[in-house]
Amino acid sequence: MGKSIFENDEVLKRELIRCMKCGNCMAVCPVYGAEVKESAVARGKIALGEAYLEGKIRDKDLMNLIYNCLVCKSCMLACPTGVKYDKIILALRHKLAKDLGKPWIKKLAFWSLTHPSLFDKGLKAFSKMQGFFLEKRGPKLRAPRAFLRTLGKRFDESFVLPEFASKSFRDITPEVIEVPNPQSTALFFTGCSINYLYPEIGGDILLVLKKNEIKTLIPKEQNCCGMPVMVHGDIEKAKELAKKNLDLFERINPEYIITGCASCGSALKHEYPLIFEVDQEYETKAKKWAEKVYDITSFLLKVIKLKKPKAELKLKVTYHDPCHLKKAMKVWVEPREILKAIPGVELVEMKKPDACCGSGGSYHLAYADTSLKILQSKMEDVKNTRAEVVATECPACMMQLGEGTQRYKVNAKVKHVISLLAEAYRRES
Amino acid sequence: MLSNAFINACVSLLGEKNVLTKEAELIPYSYDATPGIPREIPGAVVFPETTEQVQGIVKLCREYKVPIYPRGAGTCLSGGPVPLSKGVVISFQRMNKILEIDTDNLTATVQPGVVVATLNAEVAKYGLIYPPDPGSMSVATIGGTVAENAGGLRGLKYGVTKHYVMGMEVVLPTGEVFRFGGKTVKNVTAYDFTGLFVGSEGTLGIITEVILKLIPAPKYRKSMIAFFDTLEDAGQTVTDIIRAHVIPATLEIMDNMTIRTVENFAKVGLPTDAAALLLIEVDGNGKDGVEEEAKKVVEVIQKNRGKYKVAETDQERDNLWAARRAALPALAQVKPATVLEDATVPRTKIVDMLRAIQEIAKKYNLTIGTFGHAGDGNLHPTILVDPMDKDEMARLDKAIDEIFDAALKLGGTLSGEHGIGVAKKKYLKNELGSSGIEVMKRLKKALDPDNILNPGKLVPMED
Ligand SMILES: Cc1cc2nc3c(=O)[nH]c(=O)nc-3n(C[C@H](O)[C@H](O)[C@H](O)COP(=O)(O)OP(=O)(O)OC[C@H]3O[C@@H](n4cnc5c(N)ncnc54)[C@H](O)[C@@H]3O)c2cc1C
Ligand code: SF4
Ligand code: SF4
Repeated sequence: MGKSIFENDEVLKRELIRCMKCGNCMAVCPVYGAEVKESAVARGKIALGEAYLEGKIRDKDLMNLIYNCLVCKSCMLACPTGVKYDKIILALRHKLAKDLGKPWIKKLAFWSLTHPSLFDKGLKAFSKMQGFFLEKRGPKLRAPRAFLRTLGKRFDESFVLPEFASKSFRDITPEVIEVPNPQSTALFFTGCSINYLYPEIGGDILLVLKKNEIKTLIPKEQNCCGMPVMVHGDIEKAKELAKKNLDLFERINPEYIITGCASCGSALKHEYPLIFEVDQEYETKAKKWAEKVYDITSFLLKVIKLKKPKAELKLKVTYHDPCHLKKAMKVWVEPREILKAIPGVELVEMKKPDACCGSGGSYHLAYADTSLKILQSKMEDVKNTRAEVVATECPACMMQLGEGTQRYKVNAKVKHVISLLAEAYRRES
Repeated sequence: MLSNAFINACVSLLGEKNVLTKEAELIPYSYDATPGIPREIPGAVVFPETTEQVQGIVKLCREYKVPIYPRGAGTCLSGGPVPLSKGVVISFQRMNKILEIDTDNLTATVQPGVVVATLNAEVAKYGLIYPPDPGSMSVATIGGTVAENAGGLRGLKYGVTKHYVMGMEVVLPTGEVFRFGGKTVKNVTAYDFTGLFVGSEGTLGIITEVILKLIPAPKYRKSMIAFFDTLEDAGQTVTDIIRAHVIPATLEIMDNMTIRTVENFAKVGLPTDAAALLLIEVDGNGKDGVEEEAKKVVEVIQKNRGKYKVAETDQERDNLWAARRAALPALAQVKPATVLEDATVPRTKIVDMLRAIQEIAKKYNLTIGTFGHAGDGNLHPTILVDPMDKDEMARLDKAIDEIFDAALKLGGTLSGEHGIGVAKKKYLKNELGSSGIEVMKRLKKALDPDNILNPGKLVPMED
């Protein structure tokens, strides 16, 4: 058995030398755009990786810079030589985590809750106590109380979060939802954000699937997709979670797997095969299931035939492309088609719909200044469309955009594409 | 190591956020896009935003005897911005304002850090273009392209950077600010300083402002692709197109090796047995004129036994161009590293040069795909190698020596657009002779007596 990029420096080196240092990635990298220095962009990080492997540097500054990346994959689309930057950055973080020790990383990634095993318990406990930390700022919206503001730059007056649900989506949802004449059977992979923060999106997805006559499976046993731990370099933990999910898929054997979160979709479709490279058993499983993973909009349009909603939703909507959906899953037509299928919806494109929103998991907390700079220019583009709704297909983007509307006083509601479709269906009856 | 006093002075001049000193921040300034040349980590990187600040930095560097390395986007293919003697890198990427677009005099006045594509997007709003379009234009800066006299796809018809520079402001290595030229089309006051500073590769002065010429965007264009069974037919077609007095905006060539690799990689429907293909675009402001030129080109292609396809829609044009765009990405898949050269010969010698490259490839058992700007004789032999294979790297060095030899023998030049920098300095004497080297040294000494500005580049001081 060969060695993977996570175990062998030579394999990593071979990926690094593919970068010809052409600098093309600078044109698209959101972090570079905000900071305008070489260390911010893929090329700079690759050079740092080379120096690190040669033993020239190994310090906290290096760590800080290697984590100063949204893993948005924009650079990969602009790269003329097809450098596998996503693999490189995971491998570098993995190596750093081993070399410099995890405590440091944990500090950096504190807010991403890197322990999914504790995630469920932790978040439920947190939902009961959230009033202690977070004050109510309108329906389903929370802001940090003053004492929290000392913890990080981002926790200022304008920081807001969705309210943590006291019961998770999977807690309140049956494991099987039958329909009279099912067109097909699909497993709905909820992911953590929908499960804990946006259960209503989960409900909307179920409604849409039901309306389209899909028998839906929502096994309670499903796990975090592993993306948060993976991007922090904890590949072992990510593999553990991925194995559990893959084994679950094997056992249930659904026809399709549907996601409503771009990051989960990307993990299942792209990162799983990548992290299991050279582990034959799981690589085969990962590739097999990757084929069956669809984001909800592609599923509705490509796999089955969408039932067109009849009720009208008179709204001016603009669409934000989540990086993991467009740049990893290569989906950008379908969400727009879904929006256009809703009678009354007028889709207005913003200037750069596929520019990253600056969320990047825990990036928005660890690198607050850069994240906000990226967000601000996104919100200006949203504002200029004068849309009433900014729709997207990723809860992490929604959180970031939601905060953006408050912080930069943009008069647009943030919605999941499917929530708009569900709303149109609801109005039919 | 730079002294604390020097760093502190830089910080008080520019502010903390505009001075980088941590090693991890400096490593990414140790290279440009040139493969196989030495890297060096600078002592500091500074980001000025005004001419006064640039002047301040130069004064400090003179006082503390610190070498200065100007840097744009670092896409140079000859080692220009690499800080060989450590010192300080001046990055112009934050000095990037478009100061004025004058739609009556058809000029743009810009700071050096403005990205070429950004300038083009801005002037497009007024129906204008800034024609020099290097392959790196999405990131390359005006300062860097002026310093390298960059060319591009449209060079044959529209010329290269030097044809569009009307005036400049530079900070001299001795610390003075010097402005010359302006918005007038005609200007013969004193020496032709534009000619001196364009292409000086950051060795004579630091560019802090440039006045550029703009032209109206051509309204019509027509693209076609042609395939040939022999290199001779393709070469003859290039000659005959010019003889028919058609000057296409683009006239690109690709050899068989490149065609096969592109087809394999991108599946765009290229005939893999063709010896060469030409990608041709004619453009202009009159519809009939453009149609007429396209017709003439087609006739020439037919006469030279080419098979061709004319793009009728924008979508079809895009498809034709996909082949050209895929050239570098496709070749890059074959081996871990690509070495892109730019030896240039008179247009009529293209076939000889392509043949010579193919023979060199065979002789040294290397994979070389050649594509490039056939219309202006500027070829890009792209050598595919594995840097971890020592033997192959040794053969690469020899092959490059011979490629330059061949170009010079055919009456060509070492570099059509990538510059000399460090990568080609050793060949300079072959083209310019001792007297030429002497002129360069005298010029350099006259303007930069202390050899403080981009030392080690372009001018072989040691010869
Ligand atoms: C994929 C790819 C495609 C390319 N295609 C082309 C092409 O088609 N045509 C072409 O001509 N080139 C091409 N190049 C080469 C390169 O892009 C050009 O040489 C470009 O002009 C460099 O611009 P830059 O901003 O990156 O400058 P840098 O690489 O940063 O610097 C180039 C030189 O300019 C000097 N310099 C930079 N700014 C200043 C300033 N303000 N004052 C004084 N000196 C300064 C530097 O010291 C250095 O010597 C290509 C490169 C790549 C990687
Ligand atoms: S993944 Fe995104 S943030 Fe990271 S280097 Fe690439 S473009 Fe920049
Ligand atoms: S675009 Fe790709 S090859 Fe070019 S510098 Fe960035 S990572 Fe390297």
